[in-house]
Amino acid sequence: MSESGRHRVDAVLGALLLAGMVLALYMAFLHAPREKTMGDLQRIFYFHVPAAITGLTAFAVNFAASLMYLIRKNRWWDSLALAAAELGVVFTAIVLVTGPIWAKPVWFVWWTWSPRLTSSLVLWLLYAAYLLLRNYVPDPERRASVSAVFGIVAFIDAPIVWFSIRWWRDIHPAPMLETGGLSPSMRPAFLVCWIAFQLLFLYLLRRRMALEGARLDIEQMQRQADMSR
Amino acid sequence: MIGKTWAVFHKDLLIELRTKDSLNAMLFFGIVVLVIFNFALESVRETVRAAVPGVLWVAFAFSGTLGLNRMFAAEKENSCLQGLLMLPIDRGIIYVGKMLATTVFMLITEIVIFVFCLVFFNLTVWREIPWLAVVFFIGTLGFAAVGTLLSAVSVNTKMREVLLPLILFPVVLPILINAVEATNIILNTVDYGALRLPLTIMTVFTIVFGTLSYLLFDFVLEE
Repeated sequence: MSESGRHRVDAVLGALLLAGMVLALYMAFLHAPREKTMGDLQRIFYFHVPAAITGLTAFAVNFAASLMYLIRKNRWWDSLALAAAELGVVFTAIVLVTGPIWAKPVWFVWWTWSPRLTSSLVLWLLYAAYLLLRNYVPDPERRASVSAVFGIVAFIDAPIVWFSIRWWRDIHPAPMLETGGLSPSMRPAFLVCWIAFQLLFLYLLRRRMALEGARLDIEQMQRQADMSR
Repeated sequence: MIGKTWAVFHKDLLIELRTKDSLNAMLFFGIVVLVIFNFALESVRETVRAAVPGVLWVAFAFSGTLGLNRMFAAEKENSCLQGLLMLPIDRGIIYVGKMLATTVFMLITEIVIFVFCLVFFNLTVWREIPWLAVVFFIGTLGFAAVGTLLSAVSVNTKMREVLLPLILFPVVLPILINAVEATNIILNTVDYGALRLPLTIMTVFTIVFGTLSYLLFDFVLEE
């Protein structure tokens, strides 16, 4: 796609995102009914759960992009993997911050080592380590291939972590959408928030990839300039 | 293939047995960790037996990381790594040889650390020893399976000694969780039927990451 075409897509996506976010705030804080026992506190759910789903999506994208990089050796896939991992860490951080804010009044503790909490934290640690690793490899091609290897390892590790701790007691609420526990009156708000989060992910992903592409271009120009000197 | 793997493994073993660079450091560090835990757990002296599985595996993991740091760093000296990469063999074979060498070094240190642990924490074990050997073996193999791959990943980075534990521990967590669980069953709850689950997960982890590392090793050790 041409440069101007890409900008047009970004502009449309940005406008959609802005509308989506404003609508999401309205739906979550005003439209959705007040929960019976938890009160307004429950509204954090509209941000906590979509962030969690988006975080997992980001890590899946990182895994696919890492695999594709090793097959194709094309730096586009590496930029995608990097952008997805960074966003995954950010969205999982949102999950890990909003979770305790909700948990303290409801469970009376900030944190408990339940399977869902522990595996979310480990997931965050794995991809934070991925980003650290990238920082310490100066050569762009080596950086791309070793981080692709680590991305694959991290993603395959996640389900094993889950199985390792799954017999621990879990006080985290079961996924309400699967069990049908979410009241129909709350569903529209959840859906809008979920779409807004996905749009935010998509928008930031594109921007981050463009930034990384520009950064790599500059790096390459600098190297060429150094060589011709 | 077995002959080539043996050659890589034997080379590492021979170097280590002559210089004892890694083994000395691993042993010493493992024992220091035990001593520190002894003071850290001073306030729970009466029930310290419950903490021993965790203490043991922390000591194993820390001393194992020291060994892994040396595994490929030692090859950087005198361009040995280039020589190793020029060999007309599959890169995966270098991985398997080094992984087995790491396992052997770690098991040697683990035996010594375990004996010190028995003394420091006043434990007596006899009948438990075969079961512990199984857990130590599978746990160490799994640790080395990921550790060897990530040791090769970290060797060509800036600050490699700092980086390795940062990228290794989150990945190897399932091994540590299940190894501590299994050791706890053997030493404390003595419900051997419950051993099957942690041992299965550790075995699956080892097979999955062993195979994956064998396949991906080619991408890690590039010029």
